[in-house]
Amino acid sequence: MSIEWYIVLSSLLFAVGAIGILIRRSPVVILLCLELMLNAGNLALVAFSRMVGNEQGQVFALVVMVVAACEVVVGLGLIVAIFRRKLPLDVDELRELRG
Amino acid sequence: MEAVLFFGAALGALGGAIGVVAMRNPLYSVLALIVHLFALAVLFLLLSSAFVAAAQLVVYAGAVMVLYVFVVAYVGGGEESAWESIPGQQFLAPLLGVALFVELAIAVLASSLLALGTDGPHVSSGFGNPAAIGYLLLEKFLIPFEASSMLLMLAAVGAIVLAGRRPTGAASAGTPREREPAEAAPVGPTGDPA
Amino acid sequence: MTATSWAWLVLLLPLLGSIVVSLGFRAIPAPVAGVIGTASIGLAFACAVAALVSLLGEAPDARHHASSLWDYASAGGLEIKLGIYVDQLSAFMMLVVTGVSTLIHLYSFGYMKSDEGYHRFFSYLNFFVFSMLLLVLAGNFALLIVGWAFVGFASYALISFWYRRATATKAGMKAFVINVVGDIGLVLAAFLIFRELGTFEYGEVFAKAPGVFERGEWTVTAICLLLLVGAFAKSAQIPFHTWLPDAMEGPTPVSSLIHAATMVTAGVYLIARTHVLFYLAPTAADIAAFVGLATLLIAGTIAIAQTDLKRVIAYSTMSQIGYMIMGVSIGAYSAGLFHLMTHAFFKALLFMTAGSIISAMANRQDIDRMSGFWKAMRFTSIMLLIGGLALAAFPLTSGFFSKDSILSYAEARGGMYTWMAIGGYVGAFLTAIYTFRLVFRVLPGKPCKEAQTLIDTGRLYHGPPINPATEEEEDTEIGFPGAHHHIAEQSWPMAVAMAVLGFGALFAGLIQVPGVDNVLFGFLDPAFADSPLEAIHPTVGAEWRGLAIGAVISVVGIALTWLLWVARPELPALFRERLRPVYLLCLDKWYFDEAIELLIVRPALAIGRFANGTFERLVVDGLVSGAKETVSGAGGIVRVVQSGFVRSYALLLLAGFAGLALYFLLSSS
Repeated sequence: MSIEWYIVLSSLLFAVGAIGILIRRSPVVILLCLELMLNAGNLALVAFSRMVGNEQGQVFALVVMVVAACEVVVGLGLIVAIFRRKLPLDVDELRELRG
Repeated sequence: MEAVLFFGAALGALGGAIGVVAMRNPLYSVLALIVHLFALAVLFLLLSSAFVAAAQLVVYAGAVMVLYVFVVAYVGGGEESAWESIPGQQFLAPLLGVALFVELAIAVLASSLLALGTDGPHVSSGFGNPAAIGYLLLEKFLIPFEASSMLLMLAAVGAIVLAGRRPTGAASAGTPREREPAEAAPVGPTGDPA
Repeated sequence: MTATSWAWLVLLLPLLGSIVVSLGFRAIPAPVAGVIGTASIGLAFACAVAALVSLLGEAPDARHHASSLWDYASAGGLEIKLGIYVDQLSAFMMLVVTGVSTLIHLYSFGYMKSDEGYHRFFSYLNFFVFSMLLLVLAGNFALLIVGWAFVGFASYALISFWYRRATATKAGMKAFVINVVGDIGLVLAAFLIFRELGTFEYGEVFAKAPGVFERGEWTVTAICLLLLVGAFAKSAQIPFHTWLPDAMEGPTPVSSLIHAATMVTAGVYLIARTHVLFYLAPTAADIAAFVGLATLLIAGTIAIAQTDLKRVIAYSTMSQIGYMIMGVSIGAYSAGLFHLMTHAFFKALLFMTAGSIISAMANRQDIDRMSGFWKAMRFTSIMLLIGGLALAAFPLTSGFFSKDSILSYAEARGGMYTWMAIGGYVGAFLTAIYTFRLVFRVLPGKPCKEAQTLIDTGRLYHGPPINPATEEEEDTEIGFPGAHHHIAEQSWPMAVAMAVLGFGALFAGLIQVPGVDNVLFGFLDPAFADSPLEAIHPTVGAEWRGLAIGAVISVVGIALTWLLWVARPELPALFRERLRPVYLLCLDKWYFDEAIELLIVRPALAIGRFANGTFERLVVDGLVSGAKETVSGAGGIVRVVQSGFVRSYALLLLAGFAGLALYFLLSSS
């Protein structure tokens, strides 16, 4: 399969993740959709790395994984903290930061 | 053979993605994501990145998803309707998503980057194996490597700080809502935050 | 050392004195502050004498030097230097200023002894002397303006010295505002000079002016008229004179130094310094002479009706300065300066005696309450008499020679100036009358209760502390005069200062007796050698004739006053009844204050009210608030985007990204 297939698949997965963020209300699911988008990016990176012929893209993908892990940790920590304070876990309700 | 594997994995990934978005129960969404991750690992293998595939399985599916499972278990999987949203967002969101996909697809398919149409250059059998990645990480990309370990540590500390147990008493005045649990209920899904 | 080096020292010493006293006011005890203040001026006087000696060592037409410390501004054709100009005129003024100031500082050493603001007083007084010296020594118009403004400030600070008195602060503000009007004139004149001649330096201006201007051209007339505005405001000539009587709210040493001997003579100095320009603008010079004449006569009439001791002397100052202004405007430069010097002596002396008498009267200044001081304070009375004789130009006193030198020059110039001389003699008659009205009220007769207390107990009468103008009681904390007063008989610094001035008032005229010696004019005349008017000299015979007329007028005036106020005291009351409108006109100061209030103050206040109420509200607030409302409104519109919904932010983000991608796709196809 030529590389284009992988890239197109990656953009499809990215779009699905984006739609998911816009539609869902639970912060946990939004984070999961974020993971979708990140993984789509990873797929694109690895595909390009295969296209170019050296492994630098794969190293990049590894670092993206690290970053995704950190972000998940912090995001879930936030969700736990919100839950602890008995606030509703709903991004439409959590909107005090506004103009 | 390769095509079969590709389409299978692609369908699995897509199915998992749609499952994440469409499932009502967050726990089911997490499980869908795990399926998606496995499919992605297969795709990585097809692209000769053995190490990344392994890392994906061990780190992502193994550790991060476990974390998700724990949190969802703690927080509880509340059912919610998928389509209730802010006025206007209902139609704009899928529209924009589709538009995005179409644009990216056009960008890729009509690109003048001709290498996209090939299978890629012929690589040695050692392409993408741990030794090669290891060399890169410890020689060329040493600083990003160290920086990411620093980042991991920061994230761990941050998570502990965020979710750590607060001492009871006056110090918990930093969480004003906790002192008035009665108010938290009215400020629920129907309330309008002041 | 050259004359200019000595001159720089003369400038520096009072400034140092002022700074040391003001910065060390907590550490330095009061008497030491007084010593430092007086000594700095005394040393400055010594340096001025050294500068004079240095000048005398040169040939008469080489006695002018300019010296500059550094370039203050040097850009685009504008050259302003921090420079001084030492010639006969500035050396003369330096000597007068520092000499009289030393004596007045000595007097203040005793007079202000129990005042809480002692250090502040000496600091301000030294600063004033520095400013006045800066004014007379300045070598260019820019520095002149600086000195001019500083002097105005020092006057304000010293008039309002007793700052808790409402009358004093109001008087200070009035003086300052009128001064500023004069400053505007001076600054505009300087601008015009720069525009026409391209420089501010004295030497260059006076060298170029005859070449650039024709005699009687409107530009040079405008310059001189603007200079006159400044001169009149500073020298309290009509119509800018209303601040001077009110300035008597300041302590007596201040009145004596600033408002008699030095600051008010700045206008005379200015006209003398710019005599080249005034020669080129004869209209302006004539206007100046007329204003001088008018002031001399009007102030004389007002002085006859006043009952406040210091105000009589103030109007007398105004009148005498009218003589000086008239003198330097018609070309009698050295004569006008001669009168400046003798006037400094006897007027400062008169103010000092007034201070002594007011102290004895427990701060009251009403001459209707005073009598019999000849028996109570002999020394002060003798000094008052000496000052009065000099002021009334009694034969052989200094005022006699100086006043008549101006008037005989006016006669010699002929034409309409002879009428000015006649007006001057009429003014001399008025002077004799009001001066000796004062003397004959205060000195002879049965001692008033304050004088009687002094005779009986040897101590001063102790009355409640009051404001002499409004008769309301005050306390004696800082900002008011202290509870203790000092008279010359009990305070040696006061007595010494008065004695020296008395000597000067009596004998200073002898350096310029017509036909006998020519010390002063011989020194000063070369400074004015570039003016053709300088060539006019009255003959010795004409001068002695003038002296004789002056002597007769003076003696007749004094005799008439004796008749009216001592021999037949009921006559003045009769005159007041019969000529009541005239009396009221003089008593109410010819209604100048009321006219200014009506013509200038009220319209200004009305404009201010309009600006504050209407203009400010509608235009300024409208613009500002309008701008604010616009911005707020725009912000309000933009704020809608900040809804707080995370998902709408994400939507915007995605929409933007999609749009961007679309753009790139389209542009690259």
